[in-house]
Amino acid sequence: MSLKNNLHNFKEKNKDKKWLPAFNALHTFLFLPNETTHNGTHIKVADDLKRTMNTVIMAMVPCLIFGIFNAGYQHFNAIGEPVDFLSWDAAWIGIIKVLPLLLVSYGVGLAIEVLFAIIKKHEVEEGYLVTGMLVPLIVPIDTPLWMLAVAVAFGVVIGKEVFGGTGMNILNPALTIRAFLFFAYPTWMSGDKVWVHGADPRVQNLAEGVAPDVISGETILGGLAQGKELGYSVSDMFLGFIPGSIGETSTLLIVLAGLFLIFTKIGSWRIMLSAALGALAMGLIFNGVAASNLISESSKFYALMNTEFWHHLIIGGFAFGAVFMATDPVTAAQTNKGKWIYGFLIGFISIMIRVFNPAYPEGVMLAILLMNVFAPTIDHYVVQGNVKKRLKRLKVKTA
Amino acid sequence: MGKDSRLILDPLADNNPITIQVLGICSALAITAELEASIVMSISVLFVLAVGNVVISLMRNIIPSKIRIIVQLIVVATLVIIVDLVLKAFAYELSKTLSVFVGLIITNCIIMGRFEAFALGNGPWRSFLDGIGNSLGYAIILIIVGFFRELLGSGTLLGYPVLGNPIPGELTGLYAYGYENNGFMLLSPMALIVVGIIIWIQRTRNKALIED
Repeated sequence: MSLKNNLHNFKEKNKDKKWLPAFNALHTFLFLPNETTHNGTHIKVADDLKRTMNTVIMAMVPCLIFGIFNAGYQHFNAIGEPVDFLSWDAAWIGIIKVLPLLLVSYGVGLAIEVLFAIIKKHEVEEGYLVTGMLVPLIVPIDTPLWMLAVAVAFGVVIGKEVFGGTGMNILNPALTIRAFLFFAYPTWMSGDKVWVHGADPRVQNLAEGVAPDVISGETILGGLAQGKELGYSVSDMFLGFIPGSIGETSTLLIVLAGLFLIFTKIGSWRIMLSAALGALAMGLIFNGVAASNLISESSKFYALMNTEFWHHLIIGGFAFGAVFMATDPVTAAQTNKGKWIYGFLIGFISIMIRVFNPAYPEGVMLAILLMNVFAPTIDHYVVQGNVKKRLKRLKVKTA
Repeated sequence: MGKDSRLILDPLADNNPITIQVLGICSALAITAELEASIVMSISVLFVLAVGNVVISLMRNIIPSKIRIIVQLIVVATLVIIVDLVLKAFAYELSKTLSVFVGLIITNCIIMGRFEAFALGNGPWRSFLDGIGNSLGYAIILIIVGFFRELLGSGTLLGYPVLGNPIPGELTGLYAYGYENNGFMLLSPMALIVVGIIIWIQRTRNKALIED
């Protein structure tokens, strides 16, 4: 008897055990279950939820690997002993910092999923696979692990399980986790000390390891908000050799991942394109305001407003948010017209928050969460508009 | 007597004004960042609701029904002003924390709701018990929310540091292990989430409370 049948029999035998959902989760993750229908006509598509999730994870892996190297690279740059980007030294720092974040994110998230599956007596849902991968990519490198664990627990329970689990959530769980961290522990999530490993004096105190005197690891957005000059070339910003959250720095890899998602028809090109258009539109408006001397150079908004409009696409987490977060099929708008509106407003509002509120340089997180809330409303009006149009056509015909 | 004791016990759990009727949410979100403020607010509401219920109940047969809302407003406004002045005289700092929310007890739906729904149709003793019961139901939620928000948000309870000293350089207790206060707890949205979690737990334990 094959292993597959053995597993199936094992499942049949333990049908009423409490821990069965946990077993099922592993079982269906690794094998195709035996329960298939045998008669009737069915539409056969290889894309189930798991396949979809795995595709997104595959798209994120390059960002993760780049983030690991970049973490070490930025660290050695900051302490004044630059190393090659693709060096073992850089990778080692990255691995010991990023891997625990990844493990905690998956460990806590999946534990809660299994717990809820057992309580609610349903199968474990695959929803956390992508979230668990997204979370380490969008947090600063030195985020304490217990903080991440608390945030993941909050995000999965309040962001998803209370609404009924995967597919029923209103807000993107990964962004709920990020927003929780941002509001709960602001000193760890923003400022100029958190983006490079070892830059934060609190981490030095705790680790008692290397204690560089004063190393600054501020992000470009943080610097611009304080009116400083751009310290990085455009190619650095595009390729990602800049400080920032772990996986969001390389716009090049994110664009490639976006193309991959569009090619595999997992991500919506409408949302990605319209988000970029929205951001460019808002950037152009601000450039216009700055160029026509409507605000003085001493204004605190001047530096960010005067940033060339297309730079907004390659600095900060905008590209990452637009490709991986805004396109979440559960929380985005569902109609095609709705997707254009939804994406455009995400881009538009991200840049607006970024410029007008220097305390929240990462406007893209708040913009996506806001539009998540409005997505059903947008869909409602798109559908109603279509209904009205058709009714009118019907009237003309009959009259 | 069994009937009378239900007047007090029902609003504590199965007919709680905040978690079941979802009234008085406004103040529950606004002033629960500190446990002390929650307790004082609860006492203020207890006083206003218990006394107000008795007064309205005594006058219930002479109030013309067309102007009953105005009469109720005058009664509750008088009582709230008394509370406000007492707080300003004896607990000035606290009255500044509570600020406008003491005055806003006037518009607390629980109070007008009990006047309308109970005191206008029942005798003074039963109205008094009803007022006590409902304000205790309000108080219990405020105190639970205030407890968790102050403990997790500031690491203190009634102003006493219970989790150690959070000042950098002289860390003690939990803070020495890298623990930090959760700033989100001090913001109003978190109060809504805490109230939501209480509602969730309550309805899971008593399925009869779940409505469609």
